[in-house]
Amino acid sequence: MIEVKNLNKSYGDFVAIRDVTFIAEQGQILGFLGPNGAGKTTTMRIITGFMPATSGTVVIDGLDSFRQSLEARSRIGYLPENPPLYNELRVRSYLRFVAKLRGVAKPQVEAAVDHMIEVCGLSTMAHRICGQLSKGFRQRVGLAQALIHNPPVLVLDEPTIGLDPRQIHEIRELIRGLAGKRTIVLSTHILPEVSQICDKVVIINEGRVVLEEQLSAMPAGTSLEDLFLSTIAKEHHEGIEAPEELLEEVGAGHG
Amino acid sequence: MRNTLTIAGKELQSYFVQPIAYVVMAVFLLLGGWFFFVLVRRFDLMMHLYGAMQNTQGLESLNLNDTILSPLLQDLSIVLVILVPALTMRTFAEEKRLGTYELLLTAPIRTGEIVAGKFIAAAAIVLLMILLAGIYPLILILFGNPELGLIGAEWLGMALLAVSFVSIGLFTSSLTQNQIIAAITCFGILLLLYVISWPAELGGVTLGNVLRYLALPEHFDQMIKGVIDTTDIVYFFSVILLALFLTQRSVESARWR
Repeated sequence: MIEVKNLNKSYGDFVAIRDVTFIAEQGQILGFLGPNGAGKTTTMRIITGFMPATSGTVVIDGLDSFRQSLEARSRIGYLPENPPLYNELRVRSYLRFVAKLRGVAKPQVEAAVDHMIEVCGLSTMAHRICGQLSKGFRQRVGLAQALIHNPPVLVLDEPTIGLDPRQIHEIRELIRGLAGKRTIVLSTHILPEVSQICDKVVIINEGRVVLEEQLSAMPAGTSLEDLFLSTIAKEHHEGIEAPEELLEEVGAGHG
Repeated sequence: MRNTLTIAGKELQSYFVQPIAYVVMAVFLLLGGWFFFVLVRRFDLMMHLYGAMQNTQGLESLNLNDTILSPLLQDLSIVLVILVPALTMRTFAEEKRLGTYELLLTAPIRTGEIVAGKFIAAAAIVLLMILLAGIYPLILILFGNPELGLIGAEWLGMALLAVSFVSIGLFTSSLTQNQIIAAITCFGILLLLYVISWPAELGGVTLGNVLRYLALPEHFDQMIKGVIDTTDIVYFFSVILLALFLTQRSVESARWR
């Protein structure tokens, strides 16, 4: 379970996210939606412990991600936006390294690597050098890397980006199959992806959560696309309206 | 400890497959071989000259340690000033650029373990390199009789110097995501440590002493003459620990920016 409470993050004067709050239950796949630059990656980086929030808390399975950082981090599998591959290593030795790094017990390392190579369809690529892989295979190795220690919590930043339609389908099936007892947060801006594989959707815009909704609780007939556009548009509308009002007031003053 | 060794193992693997380690070692040993050849030839020439002039004093002053090995290490230390930054520049900078930094910092390991692992790997490479440079005294031992104790002291000095360089290199690499900036900054710091005592005679006594204490050659020159002094060992260990401490702080602070 991931509980995100009142998360704020600013870089100097720039506020990346403000007051972000949502919960992803165990066994749930949460789709994290938002336009580019909305703060998805920032939120995910805070959840995974890559960087601390300016204020607010993240609790992973009852562990505070800041105060019990090591314990919390050991429960998370994370696929960043760019798969974090060491280009000079071969796929197998890379996965072996990540397994050890993520605390897989020594006797189980080889088994875990073999299992991931099979699950992610990498058997033909196991002896290739990471730097020579195509985008699709890099993404798969990235996913294998995130899953290798069998983590109860998965954070996937745009897992299907850059893949061809068949690969997208495969990865979605894979993620769907992973759910079970895990908590999965995945960010994307492909809307059908969310309706296909997610149980819950959180929409974030300009650093704020504008919608948190169970997909099953959505009124029949409303498509996610309409919902997304209307929530984002509402935001924009309010944003633009304010100066107009201001202008009118100024105009009235002159009149 | 396990995490540290995991990181060190991966780093060593990267050094050898890239193949930075081979290139750095080859350049170091080739230049070493050239210096060694020149110094041995010079030794030979001087021996003949003194012999022809029947200069017994001159002949007695010639010995393998002072005339060949000390200058050889002197020369090789300069080579290290250039090679070590090239070896260490990628350690952190490359990870930041490629995004693997995210993998490291979200793994359940401490920052200190990351720094220690990278340090062990880079130090292992330079120590191996210096060990291989043992071929030169070995040749002298086979054909002459240099003093073994002195060779030990000289090589210890060289090892401490190289490991200090490595820790400074790690620190500069942790500051940036640009490898060239990391290398040049490291190179600058190392060179500065070489020349920092130059104005020592100009300032006051205290300032002069401080500058002299900071300067690398003050400590290194003693050691490659075979003099082991606690002050010098303390100096090198201080440099290593300080640089590693700063590296750990710098990696940790990256999270906060």
